[in-house]
Amino acid sequence: MKSRILAIPYIVWMIIFTVIPLGLVIFFAFTSQSGEFTLSNIIAMNDYLDVLFRSIEFSVIATIICLILGFPVAFLISRLARGKQGTMLMIVILPMWINFLLRTYAWMTLLEENGLINRFLGLFHLGPFNLINNSGAVILGMIYNYIPFMILPLYSVMTKIDGNVIEAAQDLGCSGFHIITKIIIPLSKQGISTGIITVFVPSVSTFIISRMLGGGTNDLIGDIIESQFLGNSYNPHLGSAMSLVLMVIVLLIMSLFNQFGSEEAVI
Amino acid sequence: MKKNFVLSIVLIITLAMLMGCSNNTSTSESSAKSKTLSNISTTAAFSTDEGSKAAVSRDDFDMDTILTRLDKSMLSNYDYSRLKDKNITLSVCNWGEYMAINQDEYFDVNREFEKLTGIKVNYKTFATNEELYSKIKSGGGDYDVVIPSDYMISKMIKEGLVQKLDYSNIPNFSYIDKDFVGLEYDPKNEYSVPYTWGIVCIVYNKNMVSKEITGWCDLWDEANKNHILMFNNPRDAFGIALTYLGYSQNTENKKELEEAASILKQQKNLVQAYVMDEIFDKVGGESSAIAPYYAGDVQTMIDENSNLDFCIPKEGTNKFVDAICIPTAAKNKEAAEMYINFLNEIQVAYANCDYLCYSTPHTGVYNLFDDEIKANPLRCPPDEYLANKTEVFINLSDDTNTYIQELWNQIKIDKSKSPWLMPAFLLIALALTIFLNIRRSRKKKQDIF
Repeated sequence: MKSRILAIPYIVWMIIFTVIPLGLVIFFAFTSQSGEFTLSNIIAMNDYLDVLFRSIEFSVIATIICLILGFPVAFLISRLARGKQGTMLMIVILPMWINFLLRTYAWMTLLEENGLINRFLGLFHLGPFNLINNSGAVILGMIYNYIPFMILPLYSVMTKIDGNVIEAAQDLGCSGFHIITKIIIPLSKQGISTGIITVFVPSVSTFIISRMLGGGTNDLIGDIIESQFLGNSYNPHLGSAMSLVLMVIVLLIMSLFNQFGSEEAVI
Repeated sequence: MKKNFVLSIVLIITLAMLMGCSNNTSTSESSAKSKTLSNISTTAAFSTDEGSKAAVSRDDFDMDTILTRLDKSMLSNYDYSRLKDKNITLSVCNWGEYMAINQDEYFDVNREFEKLTGIKVNYKTFATNEELYSKIKSGGGDYDVVIPSDYMISKMIKEGLVQKLDYSNIPNFSYIDKDFVGLEYDPKNEYSVPYTWGIVCIVYNKNMVSKEITGWCDLWDEANKNHILMFNNPRDAFGIALTYLGYSQNTENKKELEEAASILKQQKNLVQAYVMDEIFDKVGGESSAIAPYYAGDVQTMIDENSNLDFCIPKEGTNKFVDAICIPTAAKNKEAAEMYINFLNEIQVAYANCDYLCYSTPHTGVYNLFDDEIKANPLRCPPDEYLANKTEVFINLSDDTNTYIQELWNQIKIDKSKSPWLMPAFLLIALALTIFLNIRRSRKKKQDIF
C-alpha cells in the first residue's frame, strides 16, 4: 500500500505529460484541419513511404553494425580488471559529454570533399573521395552517435557472466567459436535485445543527422515530421499521423525483441 | 588471454583516437569560427573608421565609439522612462544571430534598453518563419515583439495573429525609407516596421568555377556538377526556378509551378546537397563552388574567405524584408512599441546593421554609411535593379502552398502509387504487435503451470 502512495506523483506526471499527449497525437492523426474524422492523413503518408522504409533500412543497418562493433568491445571491457573497466567505460561514454549536434557537426568537417580525411588522403595523392551527402554518411552518423547505447547494456549483462563458466568450457575442449555461440551469446541475450532497442529507436526517429550528413537528399522520417511542425509545410495533423506510424513500428520492434529477453528469463 | 588484452587495447586506442580526433576538430573548428567572426567585426569597424569624412551626418557621431558606446545625447526626444516602475518584462523573439547582443565589439542593444527604460528584456530566437508561426499559432510563444519575414507577416495579418501598431509611440518610424513603407505584405503599413532587407544572390568560389557567373543559369550548368548547393526550402528553391523561367515568384498558376518543379528535378543530378545554414561551412570550406543565399550572409562569407565572390543574378531575384511586429496576444504593447522605437534610434540601428551586414531600410543609418558600403551592391543594390528585377514574396493561398510542398516532395522523394499501402502497413504492424504480445503472455502462463 505504501509503495502505491509513493508512485502517485509519477503516475500523475505520466498521465499529464505522456498519456494525454499520446491521446492528442492519435486524435490529431485521425482528424482534418476542420476537426472531422478522416483517414486522409494516414493515406497522405503514402507519399513518404519510401522515406519511412529508408529510415527503417538505415536504422536496421546501423543497429546491426553497432552490435557487431559493440559486442566484442563490451566483452573485452567486462573481462578487464575492475579498476580498468571504469576507465574503459568512461572512454566509451566520453563522446556523449559533448553536445549531440556538435558531434555530428564535427563529422561534417571531417567528411567534406575538402575535409580533414580527404586532405589527409590527399597527401598520398589519393582521392578526393565522396564521403558525405550519401546514405553511408548518415548511417555512419547514427553508428557514431548511438554505439554507446549498445555497448553499455551489453557490458552490464556481460560483467555478470562468471569467468569460471568460460574456463570450464575451455577445459572441456570447447573451441573459441563455440564459446562465443554457446555461452557468451546466450548469456548476454538480454543485453543484446536491450541494446538493439536502445539503438534502433533513436536512430529510426533521428532527424538532424540526415540533414547534416545526408545533404538534404537522404531525408528520414524524422526530418519530415519536423518539417510538419516547425518547417515549411506546417501541418500538425499529418505530422501526428507520421508520429503514430513511427510509434507503431517502434512498438512492434520492441515486442519482437522482448521475446528473446523474456524467453531467456524463463529458461 | 594476453591476445585478448592486446586486441582490446588496439580497439580502445582506435576508438579513443576516433573520438579524440572528432572532439579536437569540433573544438578547434568552433574556436576558429569565433576567431574569424571577431575578425570580420573588427575589419567592419575599421572600414567605417576609414571613411569617416564622407557623409555630413557622420560628423555628428563619434565614429570611433559609435559601435561600442551608446551616446545618450544622440537619442531622439522620446520619453523612455515612463514605464520605469511598472516592473515589465518584455518578451522578444528574433532570428538567431540577428541583433548586436553579447558581442564584445558592440554595445549590447538589449542591456542598453534595459538601462534606459527599466524594462527587462527576455530575448529568444527562432530559426524559421514557420517555427515562429507555429509557436504563435499554438499559443505557446508569449511574445511581445517578433521579427518575421514578409510573406509570413501577410499570413499572420490575414489570420489576425499580429496587431495594429500605434505609430504615435514610434516616432522614429519617420526614418524608414518611403520605398519600404506599404509593401505588398502590409499594404497600408499598419502592422509592421521594417528591420532589415536584402536580396537572394549567388556566392561562388573564384577558383572553382571555370566560366564567369552571371545568374541562375549557372546553377543549371553541367560544368559545376556536384559543386552546386541549393536551398533546402521549397519557397526559396521555387522562387529561383520560377525567376529562371521568367515567371513571377508569387505565381499560383499550376502549369508554371509544374514547369519549375521539372527543372528543379533536372537540377537534382547536378546538386551536391540541399542546405540552409550549413552553407557557411560548405562554401566557406571550399567543398562547394556555387550556391544561392541571402545577401547579408554572402557578405559574411566573403569577408571570411577571399576566394569567394558574389553575383547578382541577371534574371532577377527575390527581395526579402524582415519587419518588427507585435503579436495580438502581446501583454505589453506600449513597452513593445517603445522597444521598436529604440531599435530605430540611429545609433542602435547602425550597430545592428553593422553587425548583420544586411541592407537597412533606415535612412539615418544609410547616411552614416561610408562610400565603400554605399558602392557595394550586396549591401546597397542599385535602385534600377531593385525596381525592375526584384520581387517580394507574398503569402500564397493554402492550396498553392500545399501544391508547392507536394511538388517539392516529388523532387526530393520519389512517390509511390497505391493509396492503401500505408493504412495496410499500419494495420499489419499493429496486428503483429498484438499477436506477439498475446503469444508471449500465454507462454508465460504455460510456463508457470
